[in-house]
Amino acid sequence: MVQSLNRLKESPSQTAGPYVHIGLTPNFSGISGVIARDLGDEMVNDKTLGERIGIRARVLDGTGTPLKDALVEIWQADSAGLYNSPTEIRGTADPNFTGWGRKATDMTTGECLFQSIKPGRVPYKPGVLMAPHVSFWIVARGINLGLNTRMYFADEEAANAEDPVLARIEHRVRVPTLIAERQGDAYVFDIHLQGEKETVFFDI
Amino acid sequence: MSAETKHPPEIGAFFQRDRSWHPRGLTPDYKTSVLRSPEKALLSLDNTISEITGPVFGHGILGALDNDLIHNFAKPGESAIGERIIVYGRVLDERGNGVPGALLEFWQANAGGRYRHKKEGYIAALDPNFGGCGRTITDEDGAYAFRTIRPGAYPWPNGVNDWRPAHIHFSVFGHGFAQRLITQMYFEGDPMIWQCPIVRTIPDKAAVEMLVAALDMQATIPMDARAYKFDIVLRGRRSSVFENRLEGN
Ligand SMILES: [Fe+3]
Repeated sequence: MVQSLNRLKESPSQTAGPYVHIGLTPNFSGISGVIARDLGDEMVNDKTLGERIGIRARVLDGTGTPLKDALVEIWQADSAGLYNSPTEIRGTADPNFTGWGRKATDMTTGECLFQSIKPGRVPYKPGVLMAPHVSFWIVARGINLGLNTRMYFADEEAANAEDPVLARIEHRVRVPTLIAERQGDAYVFDIHLQGEKETVFFDI
Repeated sequence: MSAETKHPPEIGAFFQRDRSWHPRGLTPDYKTSVLRSPEKALLSLDNTISEITGPVFGHGILGALDNDLIHNFAKPGESAIGERIIVYGRVLDERGNGVPGALLEFWQANAGGRYRHKKEGYIAALDPNFGGCGRTITDEDGAYAFRTIRPGAYPWPNGVNDWRPAHIHFSVFGHGFAQRLITQMYFEGDPMIWQCPIVRTIPDKAAVEMLVAALDMQATIPMDARAYKFDIVLRGRRSSVFENRLEGN
């Protein structure tokens, strides 16, 4: 025998199920009066620094059908590349930007829209910057463990070309699954769970 | 200020997730997973600042009844129908440390097994005094508690006669986006647990047992509410003093 490492195991995940919106966006699901406002509903206010953008996301299953019961959370840096988090030790982020958003996909169209700002670049390791990106976390009925991916910006070609995370994607044909095109004032990001266009998901 | 600011934050990367301990994506006995599970290998990524950081919520977001599902949707002077219970426990990390300032959000069916939702089709009655959602934030030791009614089991469209065991859904925020977790709590002694296709997506019996809350008669309030203890474990952080640091960039 040897000494025990005394580590615990992480609680195993379970699907968010079809009624995730009762818990995480109660007002959206029609339960009013319990909490005033759904958490993550608004990321910006009048004073938020940076370029205003929309992020229009859909999650599509293996048949190409958009999920109408998904819940999407995003997490991103402010316009200077700082996160609004106690574990951000490089400086103080814009207090008028939460960096975190949560939306249910629309029960008819399957789309969700975040009003946000274009994030700045953050380091991968000392001296190496990542391209501007937004982290995504997706849960729904039928998803047993939340899925992690990232959205990059099509109009950041030079930064994308030197991004160390995108560079790690062996099959280059899959890189565009992480890159959102601009349409009007919003970036459009389709997340494919399966198939030829399957989005690159991360084990973070 | 909220509890999480009392100690300097840990900033290490998280331990690699043990994906053989969690359910796999593709679990055909839970039919919805078949078209919703990625087929290609995930890209492994040692945490960057984007994964190490995460939003933290102060106690200021909480309303007085957020942790009381018996009353938070009920008309004044009334309360939800069902067996009154207290659910309490701690949020820990894999190193065994309490996680202060963790946001827990929970949702559940009513005592008859019916959810308050547009897409809910079960014939069991709605309880006019039960909404089915609540939230709380852990204290400086990682401890939490809330009051609710014990939810009922309910049938669901998968097999022709599949029923979910009584359960409460939990969403957990620790301190990093990579710790984000959704899980479910089951109740000690429920024979339905071991028949459920969603429970059985978890490959290891010991992992399932982590999700079964223990009846605790010592924490039970006489003539009022029984208590169930449910601890939740989030990913731990690496904390070697020799770890490369990201500051100064
Ligand atoms: Fe449920």
